[in-house]
Amino acid sequence: MTKVNMTVNGKAVSRNVSGETLLSEFLREDLRLTGTHIGCDTSQCGACVVHINGKAVKACTTLAAATDGADVTTIEGLANGELHPMQAAFKEHHGLQCGFCTPGMIMSGVDMVNRYKAEGRELTAEAVRHELEGNICRCTGYHNIVKAVQDAATKM
Amino acid sequence: MYPTKYHKAASIDDAVKALGAGEEAMILGGGQTLIATMKQHLAAPSDLVDVRSIEGMVGVSLDGDMLVIGGATTHAEVASSKEVQKHTPALARLAGGIGDPAVRHAGTIGGSVANNDPAADYPAALLALGATVVTNQREIGADDFFDGLFTTALDEGEIITAVKFPKVEAAAYAKFAQPASLFALVGVFVAKTADGVRVTVTGAGDEGVFRSEALEVALTADWSEASAKGADVSADGLMSDIHGAAAYRANLIKVMAARAVLAS
Repeated sequence: MTKVNMTVNGKAVSRNVSGETLLSEFLREDLRLTGTHIGCDTSQCGACVVHINGKAVKACTTLAAATDGADVTTIEGLANGELHPMQAAFKEHHGLQCGFCTPGMIMSGVDMVNRYKAEGRELTAEAVRHELEGNICRCTGYHNIVKAVQDAATKM
Repeated sequence: MYPTKYHKAASIDDAVKALGAGEEAMILGGGQTLIATMKQHLAAPSDLVDVRSIEGMVGVSLDGDMLVIGGATTHAEVASSKEVQKHTPALARLAGGIGDPAVRHAGTIGGSVANNDPAADYPAALLALGATVVTNQREIGADDFFDGLFTTALDEGEIITAVKFPKVEAAAYAKFAQPASLFALVGVFVAKTADGVRVTVTGAGDEGVFRSEALEVALTADWSEASAKGADVSADGLMSDIHGAAAYRANLIKVMAARAVLAS
């Protein structure tokens, strides 16, 4: 077992984890933060995307032990009293159907808007689609997801 | 996954010690291949030695005209590095096309190179650009480094600390990605180097990344799209699988080479 200390959604957490524990398992089973979904568990679908030190990564392909000292944000940590602009935009544009992929879509959406803004690049619809290569929606509701991300980009 | 012990190495010495002490220890970079492989029980390391926190393993610098990329530098860091974009823009673009954004935030150049997946992007760049792999023990030229499927010249306990790239006159990479995995169905890297024209192919060879003599001859004679398309690329030694037959891949090599030349 390895002792890990990290900040999850602004709160300090400390636990003992085995070497093979995935960050997705740790968040869901140890911390009971079940908003991070496990879809494919093979790093393809993106339902498990969280932010580590501000960068989107797949929690199912990250070891919990390796995130010692990190600042982790999950979908539960995004809203601050009211919905985050990305969450509000998904609601407004009906950017979800069954909702299973939504936490990962939103975390990837926030990450891409932050990156494009930092680099001063325009987030076109084509760019959003390209950036979402690692997030799969099996309801295939991509049109409204792209609209939601673009709308949120104007409000973030 | 089978149980494993995790070690965060504080130094190269620390990592070497942990690698030697474990029964079947493996080096962990970004884990974007290794963790997936462990889930499938295709790898079952007794110990994982994480080398990402070792000082000097992350970052891009210039040593004269030589671009030096730390072994644990992520694909996203390479893609967005101003130094890489200025020195060898084709390398920045290649890194920005590996996997998806979340994979690029985790995967590292050292991990990709050490794994030598036959459809990975980086091996094509290293071999075409005449790069040098720097380890904790020695320096290995790309020509001597890649040694067939998932095989390299690395010894046990040898850790990639950096990859060095010389400046070249022109370079570009074109990839036809397999849409589900985003790995190269065929990827072609073309470069005009001090040692002449070098053209490498990933995703297609039975033995992994290779230099295409036919394309090198054609592009040495005439660096043009038409010349790439007219090259005599054989299907011998190319992979056939559900995604494409060897003949299809042979044709795709010419098409990707032509696109790369156009982009160079």
